[in-house]
Amino acid sequence: MGKLSLRFQWNNFMKYRFLLKEIVRKNVRLQYRESVLGMVWTLLQPLLFTLVLSFVFSILFNRSDVGGVPFLLYLMCGRLLFSFFTDSTKRAMRSVRQNAGIIKKVYVPRYIYPMGNVLSTFVTFLLSLIVLVGFIIYYDVCKGFTFGLHLRVLYAIVPIVILFVFSMGVGLLLASISVFFKDTDFIYDVLCNLLFYLSPIIYSPDDVMKGRASADLLLKILRLNPLYGIIQMFRNVVFYSPGLMETVKENGKNVLSEVAVMPFFYSERQLLYTAGLAVVVMALGAFVFYKQQDKFILHL
Amino acid sequence: MNEPAIRLDKVSMRFNLNRERVDNIKEYFIKFMRHQLHYNEFWALRDVSFTVQKGERLGVMGLNGAGKSTLLKVIAGVMKPTHGIMEINGNIAPLIELGAGFDMNYSGGENIYLYGATLGFSRKQIKEIWKEIVDFSGLKDFIDVPVKNYSSGMRARLGFAIACMVEPDILILDEVLSVGDAPFKKKSEAKIMELFDRGVTVIFVSHSMEQVEKLCNKAILLEKGQVVASGYTDSVCEEYKRRMQEQKK
Repeated sequence: MGKLSLRFQWNNFMKYRFLLKEIVRKNVRLQYRESVLGMVWTLLQPLLFTLVLSFVFSILFNRSDVGGVPFLLYLMCGRLLFSFFTDSTKRAMRSVRQNAGIIKKVYVPRYIYPMGNVLSTFVTFLLSLIVLVGFIIYYDVCKGFTFGLHLRVLYAIVPIVILFVFSMGVGLLLASISVFFKDTDFIYDVLCNLLFYLSPIIYSPDDVMKGRASADLLLKILRLNPLYGIIQMFRNVVFYSPGLMETVKENGKNVLSEVAVMPFFYSERQLLYTAGLAVVVMALGAFVFYKQQDKFILHL
Repeated sequence: MNEPAIRLDKVSMRFNLNRERVDNIKEYFIKFMRHQLHYNEFWALRDVSFTVQKGERLGVMGLNGAGKSTLLKVIAGVMKPTHGIMEINGNIAPLIELGAGFDMNYSGGENIYLYGATLGFSRKQIKEIWKEIVDFSGLKDFIDVPVKNYSSGMRARLGFAIACMVEPDILILDEVLSVGDAPFKKKSEAKIMELFDRGVTVIFVSHSMEQVEKLCNKAILLEKGQVVASGYTDSVCEEYKRRMQEQKK
């Protein structure tokens, strides 16, 4: 059963793809089953969370917009992507241990469980994007935008796909580590918290850079976080309007200038870095998981 | 019918038994630095070879710790042997700890699809036999109730019904022939006999010689992870008795 051949792996996957579907179906259905509002929570939860953050920042910190984009919307974009990442990776991390009962009794390709959990979170994430679309229409952000909406949607898919691949890789990696060390759960919780503040969700990178001597270095460090690029890319697609500004280096100085990446919405460097890293992390996750999976049963 | 359903060739399984359990990074790191990560080697199976033809029913006997459960896990594909080659032809359904694959918050009816998929069957395939499974389990009135509200007997009945109704090629039995109350027990025995008649391959693990003699036509005897006797049930049982006598002396 441990044959390396791709053909065997593919046939095996095809046999168990039904299980993958059932797991996605189950997770999506069960998530809100015992609540009165049911699936409405898929929309309501991100909305309420965003409202809380938005309340904190617009009322307590007096923030109304980021470069012309209503702060509520700005927040929502980042938060939706970020919570997809943390939810899916956390679920994937726990999935192998949660399904220990089956894994110890019946042969199933183990990766089905982390994969199924990332996929089901992805489904709820896609559903929750409806809220975002609603707000975009409400605030009429697309005003003055010359591209057709369909093209924008097309461009928005790219960061989402990158995020999906990245989350899958991190999920597989965490799942294989956490079987051996339960500490992973706690450490990862803390790391996610840190990551939240390292990603431009509640702030705009421009705020942080403003009037800072070492802004260059800081920006470089922040950009190492792939979520930074992914969120920025996604937001640029959603909000790009001729007035949107970004910090750009010009003659050794940081100056605000119009985003000059049209018609690509995101810079090639950002795209290549995040996509490349996602692929590398995915390959690493798959490799580690594949190498370790036969030992799982001894630790479950 | 001369095609092997299961073929094991010199299958060995080694465990590294930690003297102490190390399951957090700090401990692991400290022990690693102090070179204290010692393991005791333990061979649960040593060079186990046998072939089960399609339609044969193999009884696996042996005392506690002889390696029966490990062997089952290897055959089920759950554990990968340290050495050796294993070939399996067909779909395996384990009748071990029935209901292990259920999601407690999911209703009984939905769990049929989930468990079916765990055994490698598509939703379409399960749909065709869904009603049969429900009827067999006798849980028609509870089928929309979450499994967490089932009694353990109800869970076992549903698990049994699914594992039998999907008509696997290879059935793994681990002394679980006593599921549910007397009427259900009778029904389940009849179902297993029906599967036998259809030529399902069976691996049956038991301490009990009577059960093995009743159900199986072939048997192997394990001792300390090695096959010490194999062949027709009666001769292996003879050997088992002889060895037990010897031990008593």
